[in-house]
Amino acid sequence: MAEIADSRHLPYDDSILRMRINLAWRNLRTNWNLFSENPIGLIGLIIIAIFGLMALAHPILMNYYWEPRVYDPVIGYDIEIFKHPSPPSARHILGTDPLGRDVLSQLLYGTRFGFSLGISAAIISVLVSTTMGALSAFYGGWIDALLMRLADVVIMLPFIAILVVLSAMIEFNGITLALVYGILVGFGGQTIVIKSQALSIKVKPFIEAARAAGGSDWHILFTHMVPNLLPLAFLYMMFTVTGAVFAEAALSFFGLLNIRMSWGIMINTAQAAGYLLAGPEYLHLMLPAGLAITSLCSAFYMVGRALDEIINPRLRQR
Amino acid sequence: MWRYIAKRLLQILITLIIFQTLLFVILDAQPGDITLQYLTNPKLTPEIREQMQVALGLNKPPLERYIQWLKNFSTGNLGISFTHYPRPVIELITERAPRTIVLFLTSTMVSFLVGFYLGKQLAWRRGSGFEYAMTLIGVILFTIFTPWFGLMLIYLFGLQLGWLPVGKFLDPILWREAPVNANYVFTRLGITGFILIISIVIVWWATGKLSTRTRRIARLTAIVLPVGAALLFWFNTNIGVFALDMLEHMILPVLVATLVSYAGTMLMMRNTMLETLKEDYVMAARAKGLTESEVRDKHAARNAFLPVFTNLIISIPFVLSGGIITETIFSWPGMGLTLLEAVQNEDIPLAMGALTFVGVLALFAHLVADIAYAFLDPRIRYQ
Repeated sequence: MAEIADSRHLPYDDSILRMRINLAWRNLRTNWNLFSENPIGLIGLIIIAIFGLMALAHPILMNYYWEPRVYDPVIGYDIEIFKHPSPPSARHILGTDPLGRDVLSQLLYGTRFGFSLGISAAIISVLVSTTMGALSAFYGGWIDALLMRLADVVIMLPFIAILVVLSAMIEFNGITLALVYGILVGFGGQTIVIKSQALSIKVKPFIEAARAAGGSDWHILFTHMVPNLLPLAFLYMMFTVTGAVFAEAALSFFGLLNIRMSWGIMINTAQAAGYLLAGPEYLHLMLPAGLAITSLCSAFYMVGRALDEIINPRLRQR
Repeated sequence: MWRYIAKRLLQILITLIIFQTLLFVILDAQPGDITLQYLTNPKLTPEIREQMQVALGLNKPPLERYIQWLKNFSTGNLGISFTHYPRPVIELITERAPRTIVLFLTSTMVSFLVGFYLGKQLAWRRGSGFEYAMTLIGVILFTIFTPWFGLMLIYLFGLQLGWLPVGKFLDPILWREAPVNANYVFTRLGITGFILIISIVIVWWATGKLSTRTRRIARLTAIVLPVGAALLFWFNTNIGVFALDMLEHMILPVLVATLVSYAGTMLMMRNTMLETLKEDYVMAARAKGLTESEVRDKHAARNAFLPVFTNLIISIPFVLSGGIITETIFSWPGMGLTLLEAVQNEDIPLAMGALTFVGVLALFAHLVADIAYAFLDPRIRYQ
C-alpha cells in the first residue's frame, strides 16, 4: 500500500500535470484566436460581460449608495415624488414604476436573477444530457431505445405550452423552473446530439486502451467519454441559457411564476397597471426590461454560434 | 412508400400514447384530486365531495383510471370545460383549432421562404458587411422577447400610425349585422388560401423545365389568375367585407410569428450552403461557364435545401411556442390563448385538452414534413 501511495508523488507526475496545463493553455489560445476572428461572437461576449457587471453592481449599490427604503426593487417607495410612475430624472435614472419603485434597481436585480436562472438551467441540462447521451451510447440495447424514444417525444413538445400547464400544478419559483427547464431540454434534442458524438468517441482507440488496462465501465464513462463530450455540451449550454431566460420572462409576463422580481414581472407590472400603450412618456416602463431580455438572449445565442464555428470543423473558413 | 407512411403512423400512435401517459402522470402526481378545488366552498359538504369522487371515478385504482384515460382520449372525450360549462372540451377545440392551424401554417411557410432566400444570400456574400448586419438582425429577431416585440408593434402600427387593428380576431361592431358566424367565413378563407397555395406550387413544379422566358410568363399567370379569381369570388359574396376584416386582423400576428422564426431557417441555410459551396460540383458548374446566379440557385442552394428542411421539422415545436405567445399578445382566440386562459382559471380539463391538441398538431406536422422529405430526397427510397 505504501508503494502505491508513494508513486503519486513521483517527479514525473508533476511534469505530466505541467504538460497538461501547457496543452490546455495552447488549446485555449488557438480557440480564442479562432473565436476572436468572428465579430458577432465578440459582440455577444461584450454584452454578456456588461450584464455580468450589472449583476455584480446591484448588491454593491444597494449596500453602499442606495437607501433600501427608496431603492429596493420589490418593496421600495419614493415618497418625495408626488406622482408615480415618474419619468427618468437624476434621482431615478430610468424613472419609477407605477408602484413607486426604481426601475434601474429592478433592472439590475432582474439581471442577477436572469443570469443565475439561465446558468443553472444550462448546467442541469448539460448534466442530464451528457450522462444520458454517454449511457445510451455506451450500453446501447434497451437503455438506448428507451432514452431515444423519450427524446423523440420531448423534442416534439412546445416547451412554453408544457411549462404553462405545469405552472397550474406546481408552484414555480426560480429553482424549480431552472430544474424543470433544464431536465426538459436535457432529455430532448441535446441527448440525441450528444449521443451521436458519444458513439463516435466510443470506437476511438483510447477507450479500447482504457478497457484493456482494466478500467471499469464507470471509469471509462466518466473519465474518458464525458470529458470528450464537454466541448459540445458547453456549446449547447449557450443555447439553453437563451431558452431558459426567454421561458422565465414569458412565464412571469403571463403572471404564472412565484418570484420576487424579474424582467418579465417588470413588463407584467406595466401591463397590469395599464401603462403599456399609454403613450411615449411611459416608454421607460417597457423599454429597459424588454431590451435587457432581448440582448441577453441574443448575446448568449451569438456566442453559441461563434463557438459552433470553432467546434464544428466543417464551418471553418480554412 | 405506403409501407413507410404506415410505419410512421404506427410510430406516431406509440408516441401519442407515451405523450398521454406523461400527461396522466403529471395530472395524477398532484396531491389530492380535482374535488379539492371545492374544499373552501361551504355549499359542498364532505359527503357531496365523496359522491363527486365516486361519480368521476377518482376512487378507483390508478391503473384502471389510466386505461379509462386512454379510452376517453381515443374516443375524443376530453371532459367538460369548467369555465365554459357545459360545453365539452372537444367542441371548444374544434371551434378554435382552425385559427391556430392557419396562423401556424402561414407563418411557417412565409418564414421558411424568407429564411431560405436570405440564407442563400448570406452564404454567397460571406465576410461582407451585409452578412454581419443580416446575421445580427436575424439573431436579435430570433431571440427577441416575443410578447414585448408584439406589444411594440401594436404600439407602432395600431396606436401611433393607426394602420392596423390593435388585436382580437374580428371587429365586433362590424360583425353585429353579419349574416353568418365567424367560423363560417374563416374556414372558407382558409380553404381559399389552401387552394391558391396548392395551385401555385403545382405550376411552379410543372414549369421548372421550361426556358426562362416562358417560365416567367407561365408563373406570373399562375399567380395572377387564381388570385384574381379568388378576389372576384369573394367580392361577389355578401361576406367579402367580413373576410377582409379578418384578414386585416391577421396581418400583425402573422408578421410577428414570421419575424421571430425566420432567422432559424436563415442561419441554418447559411451554414449548410457554406458546406455545399465547397463541393466539387459547384466548381464543376463554374468551370462549365454557368452564370453566378445559376451556380448559386441551381447547384449550391438546391443541394442545401434538404438539411434546411430537416431543420424546419425540428423547429416545429419552437414555432408553436412562439404562436402561443403571439396569440396571447394579440388576443387571437386560438388554442394558445385557450391554453393560457384555462391555466389561469384552473380549468384543468380544458388545459389538458389544449395541451393534447398542441402535442397532436406537432406530431402531425412532423409526419407531414417527414413524408414530404421522403418525396424530396432522391437518395431516400423508403421500402
